[in-house]
Amino acid sequence: MTPPTEQETFRLVCLAIDELNGELPPERRLEKSPETPLFGRDGRLDSLGLVRLIVAVEQVVEDEVSVSVTLADEKALSQRSSPFRTAGALTAYVRERIEERLRGG
Amino acid sequence: MADRRVVLVTGAREGIGRALAEHYLAAGDAVVGMSRQGSDLVAPGYRHVCADVTREAEVKEALAQVRRDFGGLDVLVNNAGIAAMNHALLTPMDTVERILSTNVAGTFLLCREGAKLMQRRRFGRIVNFGSVALPLKLEGEAIYAASKAAVVALTQILARELAEYGITVNAVAPTPVRTRLIANVPPEKIERLIARQAIPRFGEIRDITNVVDFFLRPESDFITGQVICLGGVS
Repeated sequence: MTPPTEQETFRLVCLAIDELNGELPPERRLEKSPETPLFGRDGRLDSLGLVRLIVAVEQVVEDEVSVSVTLADEKALSQRSSPFRTAGALTAYVRERIEERLRGG
Repeated sequence: MADRRVVLVTGAREGIGRALAEHYLAAGDAVVGMSRQGSDLVAPGYRHVCADVTREAEVKEALAQVRRDFGGLDVLVNNAGIAAMNHALLTPMDTVERILSTNVAGTFLLCREGAKLMQRRRFGRIVNFGSVALPLKLEGEAIYAASKAAVVALTQILARELAEYGITVNAVAPTPVRTRLIANVPPEKIERLIARQAIPRFGEIRDITNVVDFFLRPESDFITGQVICLGGVS
């Protein structure tokens, strides 16, 4: 199976953002842009919001790509530059994890 | 919570797990039974998934299937567990690893993946299995009791971490029940153990379902992180 392109992966992240936004009051909703800060400095999410988003992304990936990925593992948490800092960084990280799984990792 | 609860029971092929699966089927719930091997339980509303609770990929796939087929999960009963009775000086490391892996890592993995499904609906009930082997400090059960101590710690901490999602996490700690788990324990040891209970008799399945039912009641939404020991053990 071919891994999704960056654009396709960003669409998956946006689907997860849509799901999360559905639960948030209008002023806390996330903009669907690669630059949107998620977690950490200037981040729009608290830790619970981040957990919700990560789980939503995992489930969207399962539904849309039929691949099961675990996003919050030691690899993610130990990266100097957090993959959860912006929607764009998250997209790149999700794509990397999907590729790994498709290679049998 | 949906009209018909979706209940996942691990270790559902036999013993207490099988009885719990049948109990919740009789209550009208949709029941997913999980075990390493298949089950001969065939009933409307019952689905069996083969997965080893210690294998992350198998558990994730099983839970993804539950999400696809049922749209979510309301109740998780972490019944799967193994025991081995042995003096500490005669306990091989592979036994230690097997027990910790099934009872602790397996319980954690199911809690983690189950809660991911539950948090979407802001509702969930998780029931873990402790054991009176822990409060009774049973000789010969050092690793088993240690694994159940870890389950108690998981229960209490996950109760706090998951409260925000409307998920309660509690545990029932049964006394010996006549199942395969204790089949290899010498009868005199079981008798001595039972004699230490406030109510000295074997546990029955109904004793366990009664406590699990209590944790699952909608009115029990203020009860989390609790361990109920059977037989008056404390």
